[in-house]
Amino acid sequence: MSDVILNANRRKILLASAAAGATTVSPFAINFLSAQTPTIKIGFPVPLTGAFGVEAQDQVRAAELAIKEFNDAGGFNGRMAELVVRDDKLNPGEAATRTLELIEKDKVNFIVGSLSAAVQLSINNVTKDRKIIFNSISQSDAINEVKDFSKYTFHEALNPHMTAGAVGRYAFAKYGKKVVFLTADYAYGHEMVRGFQTAGKPMGIEVLADIRHPIGAADYSSFLPRIQALKPDVLCLCNFGRDLLNSVKQATDFGLKSTTKLVAPVLLYTSRVAGGAEAFDGVVGGTSYYWRLEDTVPSAKVLNDRYRKAYAGAVPSDYGALGYAGVKSVLTAVKNAGSVDTDKVIDAMRKLKYDFYKGAQYYRECDHQSVQSVLIVESKSKDMKDKNDVFNIVSVEAAGEARLRSCAELGHKA
Amino acid sequence: MDINLFLLQLVTGLALGSVFVLLALGLSLIFGMLTVVNFAHGAYFMVGASIGAYLYGLTGQFWLSVVIVPIAVGVMGLLTERFLVRPLYGRGIDYPLLLTFGLSYVLVECVRIVFGIDGLQMGTPASLRGAVNIGVGQFPLYRLFLIVATALIVVALWLVIEKTRFGLIIRAGARDPEIVRILGVDISKVWLIVFAIGTGIAGLSGILAAPIRAVNPEMGIPVLAESFVVTVIGGMGSLVGAVVAGLLVGVVYSLTSLYAPDYAEMSIFALMALVLLVRPQGLFGRAGLMS
Repeated sequence: MSDVILNANRRKILLASAAAGATTVSPFAINFLSAQTPTIKIGFPVPLTGAFGVEAQDQVRAAELAIKEFNDAGGFNGRMAELVVRDDKLNPGEAATRTLELIEKDKVNFIVGSLSAAVQLSINNVTKDRKIIFNSISQSDAINEVKDFSKYTFHEALNPHMTAGAVGRYAFAKYGKKVVFLTADYAYGHEMVRGFQTAGKPMGIEVLADIRHPIGAADYSSFLPRIQALKPDVLCLCNFGRDLLNSVKQATDFGLKSTTKLVAPVLLYTSRVAGGAEAFDGVVGGTSYYWRLEDTVPSAKVLNDRYRKAYAGAVPSDYGALGYAGVKSVLTAVKNAGSVDTDKVIDAMRKLKYDFYKGAQYYRECDHQSVQSVLIVESKSKDMKDKNDVFNIVSVEAAGEARLRSCAELGHKA
Repeated sequence: MDINLFLLQLVTGLALGSVFVLLALGLSLIFGMLTVVNFAHGAYFMVGASIGAYLYGLTGQFWLSVVIVPIAVGVMGLLTERFLVRPLYGRGIDYPLLLTFGLSYVLVECVRIVFGIDGLQMGTPASLRGAVNIGVGQFPLYRLFLIVATALIVVALWLVIEKTRFGLIIRAGARDPEIVRILGVDISKVWLIVFAIGTGIAGLSGILAAPIRAVNPEMGIPVLAESFVVTVIGGMGSLVGAVVAGLLVGVVYSLTSLYAPDYAEMSIFALMALVLLVRPQGLFGRAGLMS
């Protein structure tokens, strides 16, 4: 009860101060304005705290850029867009609560976000139920499948099948067919292994071992002598973030690189920057985006230049660029649809052919998976232009539905 | 399974165990003397690694970090004992436990503020880089160094405790603080120094582990659980126990990884359960210390 009174008092004070300083821009003034032309709100649940905090913060930075572009261009009939960021703490339960809050309390029009296979499924459950569009910007295979899919579900990010598939096709052809997996024992790791194996089977790969480690393990040394003795051509590290960093660092110490090519399905820009040139040298992996794409793709150059200007010369990371594209595609669909009505925006998104930052993309009809290219990058320690220049793009697997699991395979009716 | 691989796995286990030994030594020293269960131990480990990695990035001098870090973290331990832990002596064992538990969160948050949430870069020092052939296969030079460094630290600590006057007071104080006090020794000063040494060793193990692990604010959390497993197996408060159990846990983990990798994580807890069933006070522990 006292809380309510306190709040009421605070409101009075705010009101008074807003009235007193009519020229100063207070958040209250903006709210007052928006009472007439309500803003288009995009809820953005991402794991600001937790192991992927660095990536999540870049998702926010790049998403804010998409919002700013939209508003600078006059918004939609004068309606401005607003990003409502929430911390999902990398926890599916927390994410569900925050998402529900965003919908019920903050009255957001759309949800974009997440950075975890499990968390996005939990957000998707809520948005499905509440009939709100959710554009996921995190890797997952399950979200494409008929069990979790709904017409409100869009998937801007790559999925493990595409990513591991592209990396596998590149690495097995180039480095050899004898393969060992070192896999984090949860959905992400399992989906990645499956992606590699599906791609590798027709190529005739021989899997010498699939070693599972608990997620978040700090020491991998006890797995490494065995891998060393097996002498594989390729070691696939199917783990993410800090797990990848630790295992790469330790495999390097064991001298594994002299006999074996280290390969990661997802090689993050942020991991590489945190881990340093020495540990990651020569590691090959997949990614949705790397800023040097600007050398060949004009839209990448545009995004990078805007990002550099907004954030003191920094370049967008892979997950950052996904945050940008995830928000931008929803806002573009709003303009195309001429409405914020969910069903109309869904139709507009399904019709969207876009090139926001990495070349042509579109959402596939049956599962709303964004069909897009996969970049294969190799980490380098020499010939670096500047401190951001950490990878060489060694191959780009062009966008194509043939690289996705078929609609029938996912359980969708044709 | 060929014998070379088995032996290589054994050496890997010893290197792994070395980090456990260092961690458990600090924890056991503090508990054996002060009966303080230090839940901030993992945090001090993390602080040591962070300061060390920062210094290394700044100066490129690994050995300088190895000297400065234990002193810096030891001083933090000194302040912790004097101003936070000391007021709680004479109360239940859970008071300092809860205090240090809370302190660990504060330390993690401080490191996040000072060094950022994304962690620090830490490479292997140039002189210890690469792998060498140890007769049974290639083994990282740095991990060999880790085994040797741990052995040296253990010997140094043993000499201090067994051969010096100060060590005599520590041993006596652990047995019966009342008598020591009656004999005219300022026991609170001894406790202060022991706490500082314990945390200093935690910091030292942090900087020593930094080149082979990712340095970030959360790195101390799993480490705390592991070091408690080791101390419980070895016996709370027993330094011999810390050394034996540390190496044992490393080897058990490593060999389980070889034959049944899925059970590696569980194996050390199974070992702990087994030891507790047979010897509740741990392999080298004295019964009744907790009561």
